[in-house]
Amino acid sequence: MAETVTVKVTVNGVEHEARVEPRMLLVHFLRDELDMTGTHIGCDTTNCGACTVLVDGVPMKSCTMFAVQADGHDLTTVEGLGDNGGLEPIQEGFHQEHGLQCGFCTPGMMLVSKALLAENPDPSEAEIRRAISGNLCRCTGYQNIVKSVQYAAKKIRTGSAESTVGGGAS
Amino acid sequence: MSATKAQDIGGLGHSVRRKEDARFVRGKGRYVDDVKLKGMCYLALVRSPYAHARLKGIDISAAMKVPGVLAVITGKDLEEAGLAWMPTLSHDQQMVLATGKVLFQGQEVAAVVAESRFAAADGAAAVRVDYEELPVVIDPHAALGKDAPVLREDRDEKSNHIFHWEAGDRDATDATFDASDVVVTQDMVYQRCHPAPLECCACVADWDTVNEKMTIYMTSQAPHAHRTLFALVAGLPEHKIRIISPDVGGGFGNKVPIYPGYVVSAVASLKLGRPVKWTEERSGNLQSTGFARDYHMHAELAASKDGKIRALRVKTLGDHGAFNAAAQPSKFPAGFYNICSGSYDLENAFVEVDGAYTNKAPGGIAYRCSFRVTEASYLIERTVDVLADELGMDPAELRKKNFIAPDKFPYVTPLGWTYDSGNYAGAMDRALEMVGYEDLLKEQEEKRGRGELMGIGISSFTEIVGAGPGKQCDIAGIEMFDSCEVRIHPTGKVLARIGVQTQGQGHETTFAQILAEELGIPVGDITVEHGDTDTAPYGLGTYASRSTPVAGAATAVAARKVRAKAQKIAAHLLEVDEADLEWKDYAFRVKGAPDKAKTMQDVAFAAYTNVPEGLEAGLEAVDYYDPPNMTYPFGTYICVVDIDKGTGDWKVRKFVAVDDCGTVINPMVVEGQIHGGLTEGFAISKMQLIDYDEGGNITGGNFMEYLIPTAVETPHYDTDKTVTPSPHHPIGAKGVGESPNVGSPAAFVNAVIDALSPYGVRHIDMPITSDKVWKALRDAGIQD
Ligand code: FES
Ligand code: FES
Repeated sequence: MAETVTVKVTVNGVEHEARVEPRMLLVHFLRDELDMTGTHIGCDTTNCGACTVLVDGVPMKSCTMFAVQADGHDLTTVEGLGDNGGLEPIQEGFHQEHGLQCGFCTPGMMLVSKALLAENPDPSEAEIRRAISGNLCRCTGYQNIVKSVQYAAKKIRTGSAESTVGGGAS
Repeated sequence: MSATKAQDIGGLGHSVRRKEDARFVRGKGRYVDDVKLKGMCYLALVRSPYAHARLKGIDISAAMKVPGVLAVITGKDLEEAGLAWMPTLSHDQQMVLATGKVLFQGQEVAAVVAESRFAAADGAAAVRVDYEELPVVIDPHAALGKDAPVLREDRDEKSNHIFHWEAGDRDATDATFDASDVVVTQDMVYQRCHPAPLECCACVADWDTVNEKMTIYMTSQAPHAHRTLFALVAGLPEHKIRIISPDVGGGFGNKVPIYPGYVVSAVASLKLGRPVKWTEERSGNLQSTGFARDYHMHAELAASKDGKIRALRVKTLGDHGAFNAAAQPSKFPAGFYNICSGSYDLENAFVEVDGAYTNKAPGGIAYRCSFRVTEASYLIERTVDVLADELGMDPAELRKKNFIAPDKFPYVTPLGWTYDSGNYAGAMDRALEMVGYEDLLKEQEEKRGRGELMGIGISSFTEIVGAGPGKQCDIAGIEMFDSCEVRIHPTGKVLARIGVQTQGQGHETTFAQILAEELGIPVGDITVEHGDTDTAPYGLGTYASRSTPVAGAATAVAARKVRAKAQKIAAHLLEVDEADLEWKDYAFRVKGAPDKAKTMQDVAFAAYTNVPEGLEAGLEAVDYYDPPNMTYPFGTYICVVDIDKGTGDWKVRKFVAVDDCGTVINPMVVEGQIHGGLTEGFAISKMQLIDYDEGGNITGGNFMEYLIPTAVETPHYDTDKTVTPSPHHPIGAKGVGESPNVGSPAAFVNAVIDALSPYGVRHIDMPITSDKVWKALRDAGIQD
């Protein structure tokens, strides 16, 4: 077997330690070693963002980092959103505003959006579009993703938000 | 008993939030690559670096020494099992692993199975293949030339010509052309592109050595058809094959065919007696799995001076790559391309298509369209604009003048289809109003006066979706019906299983809405399952916008069968005659005394506890629906662009989409489908191209070269609808997923060309990149 090294990371508040090959990508570490399969893989050229996670709160493409580079860092993956089965505003926004179809880009989209809202609680449409431009979606055409983020922003700011797509909630 | 409203139960026409979201927003979706089985090993493919080469030898010794490698499988090994080739869905065969020679770059040559995905990749890199390069044929026209090397040595025909196909009346069409005042001609290429769903293809093949059963988790848009094909090709008994298509990360046609990776994984699992996972890389996805289009089209329209279009004549060459792996009904070598007379009432039309082999990846599949409809729609909508330019007529006016009038439906086209219903002018008027057409024309005139480039592009498309009918449409002989099985439990909760499968369309919600509407049971009490061939009734799968037209119809009919039995039980409970009951406001009500009523929930309990004598217990039904005709959704899209003269870049300022897909089940889901499809159309018109250099090297084989629009360039869309129900569909629905991708490329392109038309530009082939526009401007001598 190839040489291995120890990696110690905190993922969604829980500490994990494992021995991995130095060449193992963070995305494979999360998916194969920790069985957190909510982080997806959509390309091999760092273009799609399906693998996005937060590293110390900053969105990173986990296919472009080695697991060892995450050593000592604090990660958030989609599995860390919401609590006790409840949804946090960004998840609620995607659901209410139909910001997802096949769901494959959704974890990455929600995490970049969460990072955006942490910095900019009231982003314009252009700011949202720019923030998610490292993440590709093949299904939605982005329009409802923008609305999902706006919904979450409003919910975080004011404690409530109304959905707008498809003639409103039903 | 008070009346239940559609809204309370989530019936038709309501934007019910999707049930499937609950798992996706928590990262709990289960896609194929998420499947992890005990003892699972991993498969990696060795691909050809050459587009055409003789295979002189494969040395696997170094690969076998790589730690963790369990097996290396080559074409020779498959040959012994009779599996070196597999049938395609288009009367052709395709190599699973190459034997003799390779025919395109990226072709599957060998497979390495190992304990981990890394060891498999290391093993694949260590396989040594000895190639002798052969001359490469890339251009399909050249492929049909006399001197072209014959690519397919396995065929009896010693040429690269695959098929000739025609529709319509050639002589009558020629005669109309000869007698017409005006004829326009346009050559155009609908370029090779790729559906590129965000999830690539993957499978986990799991051979159970004890029960001799093969379970395959697979990114499949058609699990049942794939099961039957596996049974026929691999010789496994069909009841010992189970295909599970779990959550699928987008399909768009890419996941309709069977690819070599699936077959080799099954072979590897049989060989090793362990589960084997194959996950395609994006480069492999773009380089070897189903591409779309690559149609080289020549279109002619004949018209009178005053703009009455009289006839259409089309000659087309389709480039199918190394194998004709087009995924389409078997009697239609060019798919439904003869929908190319579009929304117009013509005297005559004739279309002919030839297919050619080249040293490119095999295909082509229908990328978000039902079998060459996108090519057809682009062709007619583009050519109508060329005619408008020739006549100096407003493109909206020209279209309106030639639309099939609403009272002419059902309308038989000169190319042989019977359109079910339509009101084309209605959709167009709404779109013109939304976009503010008159004002735009004024603005454009002013801008043109100042030398600014602004364009308005219209596309008034007609789609054809929902294959069957079974006698007309089959996949490998299996008639294209679809199915639903509905079971109501004693407490009034419902389990439904459907023969189609979802890749993001939201079937678990929308099919529950159809049932809610038919049964009066709330959407929340209905579970819809799909994608597992051991449990779901047989169906042909989700593509060609056929889920709603076919399986949606089966769902409504199955529910009505349940209701017919339920009515007997309700009569028994109410102690009235069955004929005295009517189904109204979601309950069985006594005619004239509507408060005397029983709901489906009341009946369900009785179906298990208190059935009338002579009736069997239980409350369930199944329906296999064979549609009497296809459905014909339509709409008008209008795009407004501004072009930067300095860079040639074009930006969409406004895009209006008015769709008519008949009865709408869930407006939110329909709107989402339209946004997504328009964006794919935008991508094709502006940036997507799978190209090859002269040596057959693919350019466009990864996401750095094959571009997917981001949120920044993607336009904002304004959508609306008109509703012209399908007269033959049980709930009047027509299907919508593909309309936006079928209709929109012409709208984008027409807008760009309209902006350039004052400078004599009549056509630019897609993708219309800035450099193409810039060159056109330079050629016209008007660079800033
Ligand atoms: S997998 Fe595509 S960017 Fe990471
Ligand atoms: S929802 Fe399918 S890729 Fe975004």
